[in-house]
Amino acid sequence: MIGVTHYLVVSAILFTLGVLGIFMNRKNLIVILMAIELILLAVNLNLVAFSAALGDLVGQVFAMFVLTVAAGEAAIGLAILVIYFRGRGTISVDDVNRMKG
Amino acid sequence: MIQALAFYLFAIVVCLSGALTILSRNPVHSVLWLILAFFNAAGLMVLAGAEFIAMLLVIVYVGAVAVLFLFVVMMLDIDFAELRSGVMKYAAVGLALAIALVAEIIIAIGAWSAGGLEMSRRAAPIASDVPNIEAIGRLLYTRYLFIFEGAGLVLLVAMIGAIVLTYRQRSDVRPQNVSHQINRRSKDATRNMNPGVGEGMQL
Repeated sequence: MIGVTHYLVVSAILFTLGVLGIFMNRKNLIVILMAIELILLAVNLNLVAFSAALGDLVGQVFAMFVLTVAAGEAAIGLAILVIYFRGRGTISVDDVNRMKG
Repeated sequence: MIQALAFYLFAIVVCLSGALTILSRNPVHSVLWLILAFFNAAGLMVLAGAEFIAMLLVIVYVGAVAVLFLFVVMMLDIDFAELRSGVMKYAAVGLALAIALVAEIIIAIGAWSAGGLEMSRRAAPIASDVPNIEAIGRLLYTRYLFIFEGAGLVLLVAMIGAIVLTYRQRSDVRPQNVSHQINRRSKDATRNMNPGVGEGMQL
């Protein structure tokens, strides 16, 4: 029988893949944003797994709010990416510290 | 039995596609792997009995966020080979950190045991006779109404912020100004002159 532990292990692996993605793709801001989406997906999986295990619906409601924030974050992040690329012609994270003002 | 089979299928595919998302050479392939990961995560949520969140995941992530990513990846003119140049430099330390992190989390999950949970004090127990969507709707529009409105506000701010950030006034094009056109009167544009012979016109 599939218990909550199985879900937690899957979401731990997904979370770690997201962190690894941020580490490895230091020059590619798009993949970093995708890695953040993976991390938020792992959090959502955790919330839903505990909601199912405890029989409490609040976890699913809050998974929906996490989804909302993730969508807004993706929109804003990609907008910043577009104006950053327009000004500099690259999306390398190494140069982001020059983005002042 | 069939549930365990489906769980392991979805779990393996979601982990593999998550790994390929961060390892692909081409960001377009990354986005496509990310879509596969979201589909399989939605399958996992259906298995856990959260149909509404699963469908929301497909609609919001696959339908909106992934398409947004695809749009941006294809719109920007980037040399992708140059972007991959630093990957191996960070791979060793990243892998060491990732292995340590996942080992820590899994050890913590193994040590975890739900002690002292009082099941009678749950905020919203799941009733077996009410469908998932209806139960979430009832909860969302009563107890969590203000948080729900706040989520809508977050989306509004994100939308306005994205528009304000990416909107630009270009100086090299001259777009049509409708109000300026309509406000123009003929007496502003023409003059009646009566010049004398041989004096010429002053413009």
